[in-house]
Amino acid sequence: MISIQGKGVSNGVALGPLYFYQRAKSTVTRTTITDTEGEWARFKAAQTKAMDQLGELAEKARKEAGDEAALLFETHQMMAEDLDYEESIQSAICDGHLNAEAAVSDTADQFAEMFASMDDPYMQARSADVRDVSSRIISILCGAAQGGIDSPVPVILAADDLAPSETVQLDKSKILGFITEGGSGSSHTAILARTMGIPAIIGVGNQMKAEYAGREVIIDGSNGNVIIDAEDDVRKVLLNKMEDQRKARELLERLKGLPNETRDGVSMRVFCNIGSPDDVHAVLSNDAGGIGLFRSEFLYLNCDDYPTEDQQFEAYKRVLSDMEGREVVIRTLDIGADKQIGYFNLPVEENPAMGNRALRICLNRPEIFLTQLRALYRASAFGKLSIMFPMVTSVWEVREAKKMCERVKKELREEGQSFSDDVSIGIMIETPAAAVISDRLAKEVDFFSCGTNDLTQYTLACDRQNADLGRFFNPHHTAVLRLLKTVCDNAHKNGIWVGICGELGADLTLTETFLSIGIDELSVSPRAVLPLRQKIRDINVAKVRDKILKTLMSDEQE
Amino acid sequence: MKTFEYTITDPVGIHARPAGILVKEIKKYASTVTISKGDKSVNALKLMALMGMGIKQNDTITVTVEGADEDTAAAEIEAFFKNNL
Repeated sequence: MISIQGKGVSNGVALGPLYFYQRAKSTVTRTTITDTEGEWARFKAAQTKAMDQLGELAEKARKEAGDEAALLFETHQMMAEDLDYEESIQSAICDGHLNAEAAVSDTADQFAEMFASMDDPYMQARSADVRDVSSRIISILCGAAQGGIDSPVPVILAADDLAPSETVQLDKSKILGFITEGGSGSSHTAILARTMGIPAIIGVGNQMKAEYAGREVIIDGSNGNVIIDAEDDVRKVLLNKMEDQRKARELLERLKGLPNETRDGVSMRVFCNIGSPDDVHAVLSNDAGGIGLFRSEFLYLNCDDYPTEDQQFEAYKRVLSDMEGREVVIRTLDIGADKQIGYFNLPVEENPAMGNRALRICLNRPEIFLTQLRALYRASAFGKLSIMFPMVTSVWEVREAKKMCERVKKELREEGQSFSDDVSIGIMIETPAAAVISDRLAKEVDFFSCGTNDLTQYTLACDRQNADLGRFFNPHHTAVLRLLKTVCDNAHKNGIWVGICGELGADLTLTETFLSIGIDELSVSPRAVLPLRQKIRDINVAKVRDKILKTLMSDEQE
Repeated sequence: MKTFEYTITDPVGIHARPAGILVKEIKKYASTVTISKGDKSVNALKLMALMGMGIKQNDTITVTVEGADEDTAAAEIEAFFKNNL
């Protein structure tokens, strides 16, 4: 088994034989010609043929990916018959007595350089288009065949990088996924892969060796893994992932764009839990309404020292802008307990789950908290931000945290930094204390989100890390569900919304209960969004609510 | 000869996409269309030269239309700019 790490730019798992892209190499030879008219006619014929090919490609792209994709080739057409471009070639042939191939090649260099020297990165990238068009004309002049895939079965295509026209010319029915040596997340290969809904991994460098050709490769676009000749257990895991993905795609086809609404018209917001800005793509592709929990810990866990305000700002800003105005709930630092970070130098605790963690650390070490809050508020200018504090047990903690927010806003205002005035503040309800006094807490904040993993652990006095507790650790326990109901009632009395961002949110056997007690939002992992939507759309709350509430509040155990 | 001034509002300026559409539009008319910015001017049919001017948002350009159909062409090209750029 050979494992190679690249960067995933289009999600999904694919398995197939590895195939290296065959590129037609046309080398330009320079000759002096005497029949300039004949040579000019040769160029004109090649130009016409290139125009025809580009026209066909434009139509093909239009069918596969829409007008926007077609325009690329229409632009190439215009470049191919651009008056200055033609004039330059004509003068090289007729005055310079140069053969057509060399004339096109020289002209391409000249125009590509013009674009490359412009101060606008977009325009600089257009030099690739000029070269692409020119090599098409040169290939026609040389009579070289276009590159492609010569395989009877669909393949995982590996290439150094693919030019836009190359990606469109590929026979899509033969491609299961892409691997490229270079490239960027906004390269044509990445865009094409995402449009086609197949995985793509870029930036594997020189790790793909020619001897791998034809061997079985599995690629996973979610983490950038390329595995050649996978061992049985790895293969099995990835095949399961592939099957899940196929099911999800079917579900998506059916459910995309539909509201999360029950048969009797009760709607539930379905959001996503994410742990890194890279997860946003999965959120959008699963058609979630927003992000209900963005765990900010990743910023701290991936560093050797405290992340700076600017590092944090960039990460938050990226998520907010990528979500294009949809709500993003970012949870402030939640470390301690099972998440330890060396450079925080936290003393070892006997019982860390009940120790110095999350908001407690932030309130005790305001310099860390203020840096994060400044980054969050600065990022708020780029989307719809909500801030959420974890591990609350008392009203004073919330007030103190809110005071810090006010302090940060005042500082930013004085510095003339922009931020949104419309940032909601909420808290996690994950301790029994917070659930019991949720009537008081509701007056302090704009929303609640129930962290059911911790709420279960604290309510049932069961360590969630301890696998031996088995039947004692029961998240469906009436005590947990009654607490959730209390939280809902108190939230609604005070006109704020309440969500669930723990594992329980995706538990389809509880969806009816959540709807009955009045949960407004469920935040789940991206892949759980559509199964949940399907479940919600099958429920009639009016029919089940009374019975569920009666059972929940009954003084008799069934 | 007809002349009008226009200030680009499109945030991407005259990039490949709008330049391509512009050239397509101008091809409909017999008139010669010249686009000038500062002391540089280009025949608007020359896509690459037009892109090479690097016209950005908030740049003011002068458009000159000259030829048999200059009256209708100028009016329609001006409308085109307003709608697309």
